[in-house]
Amino acid sequence: MERPQTGSEIDGFELTERLASGGMASLWRARHADFDVPLVLKIPFLDPGQDVSVIIGYEVEEMILKRLSGPHVPRFIASGDLAELPYLAMEFVAGVSLAKHAETAPLPTEEVVRIGIAIGTALADLHRQGVVHLDLKPQNVILAERGAVLLDFGLARHADLPDLLGEESAVPMGTPAYIAPEQVLGDRTDPASDLFALGCILYQLATGEEPFGRPSTTAGMKRRLYHTPRPMRAIRSDIPAWLEAIVARCLEVDRNRRYADAAKLIFDLRNPDQVVLPRSNRARPGGILGRLKRLFDRPSEAALVGTAAEDRRRAGPSIVLTTVDLSDGATPLAAAILAETQRLLATRPDSWLACLTVLKTDLVKETQYADSKGRSIYVKRLVALKDWARPLHLSEERVSYHVIEAVSAADAILRYAEHNQIDHIVIGARSSSALRRHLGSVSTKVVAEAHCSVSVVRIKGA
Amino acid sequence: MRIAVLSDIHANREALEAVLELVEELAPDQIVILGDLVGYGPDPEFAIETVARLVSDGALCVLGNHDEAARSDRDKLTPNAREAIRWTRTRLNDDHRAFLAALPLSITRFGCQWVHASAYRPESWDYVSDPEAALRCLAASTEALICCGHTHRPTVFYSHPNRRPTMFVPRDEIAAPLLPRHRHVIVTGAVGQPRDGNPAACFALLDLEEASVTMRRVPYDSEATAAKIKRLGLSSWLGLRLLIGR
Repeated sequence: MERPQTGSEIDGFELTERLASGGMASLWRARHADFDVPLVLKIPFLDPGQDVSVIIGYEVEEMILKRLSGPHVPRFIASGDLAELPYLAMEFVAGVSLAKHAETAPLPTEEVVRIGIAIGTALADLHRQGVVHLDLKPQNVILAERGAVLLDFGLARHADLPDLLGEESAVPMGTPAYIAPEQVLGDRTDPASDLFALGCILYQLATGEEPFGRPSTTAGMKRRLYHTPRPMRAIRSDIPAWLEAIVARCLEVDRNRRYADAAKLIFDLRNPDQVVLPRSNRARPGGILGRLKRLFDRPSEAALVGTAAEDRRRAGPSIVLTTVDLSDGATPLAAAILAETQRLLATRPDSWLACLTVLKTDLVKETQYADSKGRSIYVKRLVALKDWARPLHLSEERVSYHVIEAVSAADAILRYAEHNQIDHIVIGARSSSALRRHLGSVSTKVVAEAHCSVSVVRIKGA
Repeated sequence: MRIAVLSDIHANREALEAVLELVEELAPDQIVILGDLVGYGPDPEFAIETVARLVSDGALCVLGNHDEAARSDRDKLTPNAREAIRWTRTRLNDDHRAFLAALPLSITRFGCQWVHASAYRPESWDYVSDPEAALRCLAASTEALICCGHTHRPTVFYSHPNRRPTMFVPRDEIAAPLLPRHRHVIVTGAVGQPRDGNPAACFALLDLEEASVTMRRVPYDSEATAAKIKRLGLSSWLGLRLLIGR
């Protein structure tokens, strides 16, 4: 075909304006009589002599984009026959490229957190659909009104599809500034690789520096297996310690220490007060002897990056929300809820628990915030909640406690679960009574409206 | 056009019946049987007679190495298989032998080459179990699509010119796409003796319009088949492997 230019028509798509693009394809604003949304056409450069990976990348993107849906990806419209006229037509996403924001880095903490939550939410949705992006970088993220939208799936991997790029693993595929260590070693299966890239982006947005530079060789990219980047607070002392801790956890080389899923990352960004700060930087034996020892003890590269987080993700829920009513003290039902929670947490060693109890407030009467002796009811309930959860023996990294005041307990629980990407809710149900059936119970409403699994605990025979 | 591809029935009546029940429900445009009707299993007569009926109704069928061994007196098989094929021979009548004798090694139709083991010297029963074997198979054929069985492990190979083929184990019941500009080798899982760790019977549903192939899985009463194998005094491993899919 002739070189596309403004005004060219391809299968009914009229090219209206050329957009900036990389070396693999040209990008065009376009319109089509059958579609009333603004469109983009991506036309791969398939000149003779062009690297075969350009074609493969085009095929990968077509295969994957077709199967994706939701607000965090551009809508797939059509594709041209590869043999005749290859192109990908998709929705034009209005918004600001994250690359623009990155140019103005360092950004204020609130802005970094807002962007982190937006991209994390997009990644959670992508990973839920079985896709790992594997080339997350500012140029591939648009911040739109509907949230972060991820672009360019030319290096991506779909769990249900053949990995056409997998055979090229001699050379790391990705962008040197953001590529995850396991990806450098040729592993293209782990959603945690996207969380590493997101860590690089957050580091860059917060400090104005890229954590690993832009190495041009495989050896240069492998440096990130052995060297942690400069602490963010050494670059900008006004960065909060909790943000440094969150980003450091994204950038863990060992995937057993990295976030296993985006949901927990989002939770931490939303609840900085719950982030556990490292007590000290991992101390390493100093001196020549220590350095010599490290030189000879050097573990294999594969051991450094650990095992894929997939097994952990499959084993059980990442974030469990357990709700308990302690207004009547430690009832048998509260004990049964605790036992069920313990069983759920046991499925997955890196799972994480949010304990929630609701302080009912009254719309009509004035709510009492203190008991007859003037002690805070809120604090009393928090103490009771911690005491209730104590037999779980969870380290502070694995649990948080929340007393929430609300008129409707069910609404409060549902809101909390939705907002924090909870995977599994544990809730108790009292024995059935005519009145409860008539009014509807808290657990009934939570079961009916939650977007995740719910375990309802009931005392047998009660 | 939708084609149900059945391979490696291996005289397993329970598995074949369960698969054919689903195939009937799916009503494909064509049925292709990729050989190894007999061997290992306890019901060779049933397998041959059932396939003969399908063929008279328009199905295609090619020869497998166990079929060849059953109709001849050559024994180039592993010890377990040899013992089973000697027993199989005692069960077959002239009609059964005649049916097996008439089976071709390879058929090319619907833009696809159908062969039991590999298009590369079909009579040598190569195993298409890695990219190199897939390359040999592709190089020996002029078709863009080759369908075989023989390994008892569902696999699809994607081959792009000048590149090593991509080996892909499709997820059960999820359509794997067949891609433009690629040639493909589809290795169908086994009806009668799966070896991919899943004991459920396997067959492939090929959709030429949609350009996809789906490995369908059908659980069947493998304990009944294993009990028959035990009763007949065949190697106990032949029964056990049906229960664990190895």
